[in-house]
Amino acid sequence: MLRGLWRLTWLEIKIFVREPLGVIGTVGVPVFAFIAVARLIGPSVRTGSPGVPRFVSVDLPIFTSQLIAASSVLSLVTIVAIYREGGILKRLRATPLRAHTILAAHVLVKLLTTAVTVTLMILAGRRYFPLEADAPIVSFGLGLLFCTVSIISLGFLIASVVPTARFAQPIGTAIIYPMLGISGLFMPLESLPPALRAVAHLLPFTYSVSLLRGIWHGEGWLNHAGDVAMLTLIFAACIAVSTKLFRWE
Amino acid sequence: MHQPAIHVAAIRKAYGRTVAVDDVSFDVQPGEIFGLIGPNGAGKTTTMECVEGLRTPDSGVISVLGLSPTRDIYALQERIGVQLQEAQLQKRIKVREAVALWASLYRKPADGDRLIEQLGLSDKRNAWFMTLSGGQKQRLFIALALINDPELVFLDELTTGLDPQARRAIWDLVRGIRQRGKTVLLTTHLMEEAERLCDRVAIIDHGRIIDVGTPAELVRRHCPEQTVVLATDDVTAPAHLGAIPEIESVIVEGSLLTVRGRAADLVTQVIGCVAEHRIRVTDFRTEVPTLEDVFLRLTGHTIRD
Repeated sequence: MLRGLWRLTWLEIKIFVREPLGVIGTVGVPVFAFIAVARLIGPSVRTGSPGVPRFVSVDLPIFTSQLIAASSVLSLVTIVAIYREGGILKRLRATPLRAHTILAAHVLVKLLTTAVTVTLMILAGRRYFPLEADAPIVSFGLGLLFCTVSIISLGFLIASVVPTARFAQPIGTAIIYPMLGISGLFMPLESLPPALRAVAHLLPFTYSVSLLRGIWHGEGWLNHAGDVAMLTLIFAACIAVSTKLFRWE
Repeated sequence: MHQPAIHVAAIRKAYGRTVAVDDVSFDVQPGEIFGLIGPNGAGKTTTMECVEGLRTPDSGVISVLGLSPTRDIYALQERIGVQLQEAQLQKRIKVREAVALWASLYRKPADGDRLIEQLGLSDKRNAWFMTLSGGQKQRLFIALALINDPELVFLDELTTGLDPQARRAIWDLVRGIRQRGKTVLLTTHLMEEAERLCDRVAIIDHGRIIDVGTPAELVRRHCPEQTVVLATDDVTAPAHLGAIPEIESVIVEGSLLTVRGRAADLVTQVIGCVAEHRIRVTDFRTEVPTLEDVFLRLTGHTIRD
């Protein structure tokens, strides 16, 4: 069923690395931006510092991780659109490869680049934001990968239907970033108007922020079983719908 | 009689109000190169993609190697090789990586390295797809279509956009595929390609098949007249030639005589007449009708319109 998945994934990793600009944009820019900002504001900011937005002083790891997940989604959408427009998907279709194998390979590549980016950031950020000794890095990392899979499934859905590569990026951006805005990261969900709050409860970012924030602050996964369940449900729904809607050309 | 490799009966495919394929039927026998020929937009690719299982016809029946391209697509994909019009690969995939990926997708792959060598891509093994020339890309696509050692190969507008030299090289490769006992279904809008390569062709225009046969049969059936053009200063020549019963017309333009007739041995008769009356001829050529002429006769327009 997933014949060719590993070979295709490995191949896509190599192809990704062969394009220096793509690597710099995906991995380098976030890390360097992080370091630049950290140098500017870093020394003065400690957990809960007054006069600094809460999402920087408390939720920086969560904020950063969500941005990385969002950019993974966008690049997945763009790649699928380019592959479709270029006739690559069509050529792959005439082989025993299945649509979900192709998408799964790209998700694995995105997860890997996300993991690499986050690892580099943790290493680079240590100088400016020393990790507390008991920071649950491993658990947080796993949580982030789990959330990213769910968020990327939303990318599947967008990627299955966006018409052309030119529209992929703007459409993706217009959908993804507002979702981040009402995810509870910048303001508590309770302060949102009821309609927006209802929408927020359907979006993966909301549960992702809640889960990762919980893990970061030392709460167990079990306390966030609801978030995990919702992220799984969203993943399953997005995959089911996108398999139906997937367009090869 | 054995089962045809491809059996297509009365298929129809419409996109909205546009009927792309209308009541198309044909059979392809094992071991032959069969061409769907016609202008761009005639319905060749849609027909082929229905046979490949990439599209589902609105109505009609297709059987490929005894299987249904819609119901048995997974079983069928192991036994057919496909080259698609305007397909691309990842820009930065290497030739040998593409071949290895394709090989990994099939149960009984052919030897990828040998295919690369046979298709003359050995020195491009490590080249990125984006750096290949048009002819090299098409050769790679042929290699990918042959990677599962298929019984049946589909080639869609294989040589479009290639220079004449690359085109001839590809023709030799396609003949090589037939020599290995495989069946080939190809589409082309180049009549010369069809004439040189195909054992049989189906002429298709506006989604309908107009006629099917070997290129020679089609020419004989639709353009039986032969033309001989000769140059001579002998003023008695038109009268002598005009006396041959099978000759329908002799047109004189200065010293050029254009002789037309329907007899199969028209050329022999003209030569005999020239010899008998000792007519001094300074130039002599025959004009043989081609599939191009057949197409024009059958559709009332040229294939490039």
